[in-house]
Amino acid sequence: MLAEQVRDSERSWWVPAACIMLAVAFLFGAMVGPAGPAWWRVPAELLNHLPFIHIKTGATELQSTVLWQIRMPRVVLAGIVGSMLSIAGASYQGVFRNPLVDPYLLGVAGGAGLGATVIIVAGRASSSSWPVDPLPIAAFVGGLIAVMITYSVGAAFGAAKSSATLVLAGVAVTSLATAIQTFMLQRNTDVVRQVYSWILGRLSTATWHDVRLVLPYVVVSTGVLLWHRRLLDVLRVGDDEAQSLGARVDRIRLTVVIAATLGTAAVVSVSGLIGFVGIVVPHLVRLLAGSSYRRILPLTVLLGAAFLIVADIPGRILSDPAETPIGVVTAFLGAPFFIIVLRSRQGASR
Amino acid sequence: MKANLVSAIKPTREPTRRVLIGSLIALTSLLAACGNDKTDSTASVATEAPMSTDVAGGSPQRIVSLSPTHTEILYAIGAGDQVVAVDSMSNYPAESAAVLTDISAYEPNVEAISALEPDLVVIGDDFSGLAEQLSAIGIASWVSPAPLTLDEAFQQIDDLGQVVGHADEAANVTQKMKDDIAGIVSDIEAPATPVTYYHELDDTYYSITGNTFIGSIYELFGMRNIANATEGDTDYPQLSAEFIVSQDPNIIFLADVNCCGATAENVAARPGWSDLSAVVSGNVVALDDDVASRWGPRLVDYVQAVADGLSTFVKSQG
Repeated sequence: MLAEQVRDSERSWWVPAACIMLAVAFLFGAMVGPAGPAWWRVPAELLNHLPFIHIKTGATELQSTVLWQIRMPRVVLAGIVGSMLSIAGASYQGVFRNPLVDPYLLGVAGGAGLGATVIIVAGRASSSSWPVDPLPIAAFVGGLIAVMITYSVGAAFGAAKSSATLVLAGVAVTSLATAIQTFMLQRNTDVVRQVYSWILGRLSTATWHDVRLVLPYVVVSTGVLLWHRRLLDVLRVGDDEAQSLGARVDRIRLTVVIAATLGTAAVVSVSGLIGFVGIVVPHLVRLLAGSSYRRILPLTVLLGAAFLIVADIPGRILSDPAETPIGVVTAFLGAPFFIIVLRSRQGASR
Repeated sequence: MKANLVSAIKPTREPTRRVLIGSLIALTSLLAACGNDKTDSTASVATEAPMSTDVAGGSPQRIVSLSPTHTEILYAIGAGDQVVAVDSMSNYPAESAAVLTDISAYEPNVEAISALEPDLVVIGDDFSGLAEQLSAIGIASWVSPAPLTLDEAFQQIDDLGQVVGHADEAANVTQKMKDDIAGIVSDIEAPATPVTYYHELDDTYYSITGNTFIGSIYELFGMRNIANATEGDTDYPQLSAEFIVSQDPNIIFLADVNCCGATAENVAARPGWSDLSAVVSGNVVALDDDVASRWGPRLVDYVQAVADGLSTFVKSQG
């Protein structure tokens, strides 16, 4: 007990450190881009958007517009998406006690992709007069339906307490959704590029509207997950043991899965599929700050946001003024980075 | 006899389907493959040119067209009666609806095609080695991917005319196209400073550079593509929103009207776009996606649409 406390105090500096990292990432993300004001003018430009502050920054009106209407929603959305995927990934890994699990496990990605494909095939041209873009809604609904199917299948056959059935049901539902999506694309080859650009991530067209759309879901979902962080620690000992400690394992698992899925489906609907974040960030946090979910979950929120904001920067400048899709960048940078951390950590033998 | 008609193009790309199923990495490889369009098509066209037409001693009478552009050409040069089937994307001219099938040009089913008993299969891009498969069962094919220049496009029409036995009509069509286009271009007085434009392929800001076939149409009028600033190896870059807005192009051409529902109104509603000079002065031109991506006889309509956009812009400058 004493040892645990000592380690706690040793590691408590990680939260402020993560806050600083996020702030740096945010500022850096706001400063870098193909257009907009010179980087050193950016902080003052941003302060101008706070109430009662008027600074003459010397940036043109066009540059201010680029910064505030195009770049900032993108940075903010990257942060929201990154933190949501990370905490959802960490929570899934907790309830399933499986380090390879990512937030797309139960079919959110497959279902959302199918929903997006359906709406694109059905013809978005007919929706141009609609007040809202139906694409994110279809993706959101598709993701939720897929997870509901997974859960009902898993529950029907998985009377045993094992969560393996649920995971396998997720694999099956994902395959099924992907198969239907592929079939639809094959019948409608003219929309292939549109579906691609959705799959590869849509941060490049982020708007404040997207931010407003997902924020409520993400706040609620993150709140519920953070609320359950101690219970996730209890689950680490195993279902039976946790049960005997008085935890209602099935109910905790269901709540966490619903919360994580809702948040994931919401962010996927506006950002497309951004791989790797949900696995890399939680594991980085574990390597740095230990295995207690009480610490992991808050840190994943902060570092997940920082990670995706930073990962989005190469997408903007790598082939400036063209874009490199975010989904490519996260995997391309995330994988080697993760391997290095993994190696050095094992070398240090904890 | 028939087998040596078949073009000897080796497919250089992966079949689309496998890429679709694959991971993100595989997805990017397809994007990379798309970037290779230029080299691909140049090579193919070069090996293509001489094409004998002695299908069973005469011109083909059961043509299957797997390319919307070539369907348009076939009907325009009077070979419509010889066409027995067209692919699922062929939607012009109206007469072709009578022979519309659900055969996909991207995922062509050799058995379904052979069941139509064609004596010539016209193929646009041969993604899946279809020509080779057809030749194995003794069916002639003619492969002709997207051209890079107007001259290549005219050449394709002439070539196809020869292959299907309508060389004279084809020559008339290309001559009329050349005359019409020259007339449209000469009717317009190009402004002294080059007019800049942005050509939008979809609502995630995929665009073209001036090096593409589409770009060459704008070159006719001496217009300057804002995407020429991209230094990547693709001529179909995805531009960043920041860049488009900061470039403030004189004219915005929307080739994503059918696919993505783009309109002048919803372009104006995009964040940061409402102040663009093209939006403010009404120089957002909605194109017909199909016309603006095919190189058949309706190319003239496309040139006309660009010319109209340009003259509207010139007028809006007073």
